[in-house]
Amino acid sequence: MLEGTPAAVQVTSGLIASQPLILAIHILGVAGFAYIVAKRLVPLLRAERDPRFDRPVARVRKVLKFWFGQWKHPRYKVAGTLHILIFAGFLLLAMRAFTVLFAGTSHSLLLGVPGTTAYLYEVATDYAATIVFLCMIFAMVRRLAFKPARYAVPARFGKAHTGDAIFLLALIAILMVADSLFEATKAVGQAHQAGSPAFAAALSLPWLFKVVLVSASLPVLTKLCLGAFLTHQVAFYFLLCYRPFGIQFHVETSLFNVYFAKLERGMLKPVKWGIPDEHLDQVKSLGVKTFEDFTWKHMLDFYSCADCGRCSDNCPANAAGRPLSPRFLSIKARDYAFKHYPMFGTATNGTPLVGGIYSEDEIWSCTTCGACEEECPLLVEYIDKVVDLRRGLVDDGNVPQSLQKPLKALETRGNPYGKMEKKRADWTANKEFQQACRVKTLDKKNGADVLYFVDSISSYDDRMQSISRAAAKVLNYIGENFGVLGAAERDSGHEVRRFGEETLFMALRDHNTEAIRASGVARIVTADPHAYNALKHDYTDMPPVEHISQVMARGVKSGKLRFNPVENSANVYTYHDPCYLGRHNQIYEDPRQVLDAIPGLKRVEMTRSRDRSFCCGGGGLMLFYEPKEEERIGVKRVRMAAEAGANVIVTACPFCMVNIEDAIKVAGLEGKMTAIDLVELVDQHIERESPAAAHEEIQTHQESVTGR
Amino acid sequence: MEILVCARRVPDTSENEITLNSAGTDIERDELVYSINEPDNYAVEEALQIVARVGGSVTVVTVGGEDDEEILRREMAMGATHGILLSDTAFEGSDARGIATILKGIVRKSHYDLILTGVQAEAGGAQVGGMLAAMLDYPFASLVNSIEVLEVKKLKVSREIEGGNREINEIDLPCVLSIQTGINEPRYVGMRGIRAVASVAIPNYGAGDLGVDTSRVGAKAAKVKRVDYFVPTLGKGAEMLDGSREENIEKVIELMAAKGGLK
Repeated sequence: MLEGTPAAVQVTSGLIASQPLILAIHILGVAGFAYIVAKRLVPLLRAERDPRFDRPVARVRKVLKFWFGQWKHPRYKVAGTLHILIFAGFLLLAMRAFTVLFAGTSHSLLLGVPGTTAYLYEVATDYAATIVFLCMIFAMVRRLAFKPARYAVPARFGKAHTGDAIFLLALIAILMVADSLFEATKAVGQAHQAGSPAFAAALSLPWLFKVVLVSASLPVLTKLCLGAFLTHQVAFYFLLCYRPFGIQFHVETSLFNVYFAKLERGMLKPVKWGIPDEHLDQVKSLGVKTFEDFTWKHMLDFYSCADCGRCSDNCPANAAGRPLSPRFLSIKARDYAFKHYPMFGTATNGTPLVGGIYSEDEIWSCTTCGACEEECPLLVEYIDKVVDLRRGLVDDGNVPQSLQKPLKALETRGNPYGKMEKKRADWTANKEFQQACRVKTLDKKNGADVLYFVDSISSYDDRMQSISRAAAKVLNYIGENFGVLGAAERDSGHEVRRFGEETLFMALRDHNTEAIRASGVARIVTADPHAYNALKHDYTDMPPVEHISQVMARGVKSGKLRFNPVENSANVYTYHDPCYLGRHNQIYEDPRQVLDAIPGLKRVEMTRSRDRSFCCGGGGLMLFYEPKEEERIGVKRVRMAAEAGANVIVTACPFCMVNIEDAIKVAGLEGKMTAIDLVELVDQHIERESPAAAHEEIQTHQESVTGR
Repeated sequence: MEILVCARRVPDTSENEITLNSAGTDIERDELVYSINEPDNYAVEEALQIVARVGGSVTVVTVGGEDDEEILRREMAMGATHGILLSDTAFEGSDARGIATILKGIVRKSHYDLILTGVQAEAGGAQVGGMLAAMLDYPFASLVNSIEVLEVKKLKVSREIEGGNREINEIDLPCVLSIQTGINEPRYVGMRGIRAVASVAIPNYGAGDLGVDTSRVGAKAAKVKRVDYFVPTLGKGAEMLDGSREENIEKVIELMAAKGGLK
């Protein structure tokens, strides 16, 4: 070291001397990362196509909201706050990290850029590094001492991931310390030179180091500076190259995962992108059977999963002890990719996923409620993957025995119960009902403005027929000119499709499409959210579709629907959001507005409501499936209603009604809790000239409730 | 192993409302939905599983008309190698013995190591398998609920015995077995699978092709003739329990124990 050299330059002189080493680490780090990422991209190139390069504006908007804006994170207060702080810190520190890294090879960068902006950036990053460091300590303590339940790994899914998590957190903490120490040595050097030790960013990590080092000798500072730099550099590249082997790969992939995320709700991906329905018969194999049958975006999802466990924490199937945990759908597939596409050696592929990493029960356990997708901060998709896996199972004939009969009946009779087509409109044959309301069957002679699409369960199930009659009476009261398709209606096929039987779904859809077009209606109304979602998203070129709750909300607003005071003012009502009305179609307010319009009705919210609503247990074919579970999903839901202090659960879906009414009995809450459909409740409370008509229906409803 | 499965198309009991015709000689068949007789479907699945283990082919055969081709296609969609329709105006109205006579024709025409039938069809006769075995002079086992291929010419089969017991038998090939439901879990066949085999030609053999003596089959040769068909009037066997849930449960347990339903 030369006498007379400015102290600031002397402190960093070790770096200049070590330039070849630093450069070598740079090259090694960048090359290593490039190689690893290239290897990780191999399966994506062998994957199924998935056109996600459209609508850049909508995608950028998603990035701004969900990636840059961290939109989903505050849903978990502690973890979310930590993540937002770390994310913001990383964004701030990114430029400094690159500056520091390249400072090792460029002396002009070493001494920093003068100016107010640079000074403010210094201060901001000093604090950012400190906050990130503290977050790491906090996260480690949280992982080790508080152990949030959702991070636990059930034995069937392997060992706990705590070790890996701690290792990564510690590495980032080291990175922050090294970075701060490096900044501090430089600053102390500059202070020596200027003779005035005034350090910015009080109480930050670099500031602490500066205070400690202020009296350190120049040789010590020089050594520390080089040591901190090398530690920072090595830790940085180690992290960069290690992340693609675990959950922290999301640091790199998240931006892409969010940009390419699905833009529509309630929609399913086609069996194969780019192949029209009529050519599906020529496709050799349908659905996902091997890893390479996933689309590249779905593989990117696997890489992006951060193992945060929010999906499974909200998954009703997981809560009920079914063999499904969405988190491990991703983790197991990611591990499969890592194992079968190794860093060295050739890729091995083609082994079946179901029977390999997944079990059949796991795949059939999903109710497609969408709670996992609603929660995922990285917008990982699950429903499309589950349906694709089911498509593969169906294609190979691996369908649970209990589902085969209903599927066959759907094929021959158009409903899962095997009932006669001609009896589809028998729910209208009730005498008292016919006095109150006539329902016409649409044909060439009888037209109408509105089609009331009933769907199978509300047509044939004794209990659910009461929902259909209530819906018809409400439509009648509002003054809609409506009719039904009667024997010409088939099951909407919503669950048929979600259970992977695409060919059967297409047959049902085509039949209904033709019947609806022939009816010449201008609008469609349904009281079944599954039918609503099918007609809205699975069918094409349909007249506008509405759920009855939307029609009723409009009636309330326009004054067409007026209610008598609530019949039993001691009742406390709670509204259960059906998944296909709420999460999949964002209809949360309309049913609540209708409820609140009934004078004197007391309503409470369950903790899990709106987009966090907890599925009733699943509709359609799920009613025929016998899952392995510890406790019924519906029973859990009924308990949530009881906890909220309600004694009447109002829902707006016939399948929710089946599950909730059964669950009330299983939970032993009969007599203490009842369930009613929104449209039944409205029908009971409509302000009619003569209240007789409504009253009879209430009585039949009460009988059927107790009679089940 | 070359396996022949004899199948039949029957009204699907789970998807129909069975009513009698006005003459009272048969059920009203106009709006019925038909499918393969359920035990026959298990027989085909079992044949497919045996062939998957030891090799060979599965042929599904049915006696009937054009409409019955539908079940052959469904079973071919499941994986059966061939389907054969045995159709002739002379076959119409055959009783179980007549059907067995016709089936004997197809067995004699080709070579089969193993012949499977469902345990019974919807009418519950459970006769054709046994009769076919007797006519062929083959060994026969009924109510089979598991099959193990021991060596080239021998099987180990398990039979369901009253009360849920099982017996294990060795049986020489060729033989006829009637298959009980529950022996396996038949695979699912969707519309797509059926469409894939829609254009496969299905051979149609008549009495001449099979060397069947027409005087021994058909309505005239039938020695069993149905003379009546009715739904028994409901007796007074039903007792309605109208107590509270706990009382009803106790009563049910008591009744079941009294009738020997609970041990």
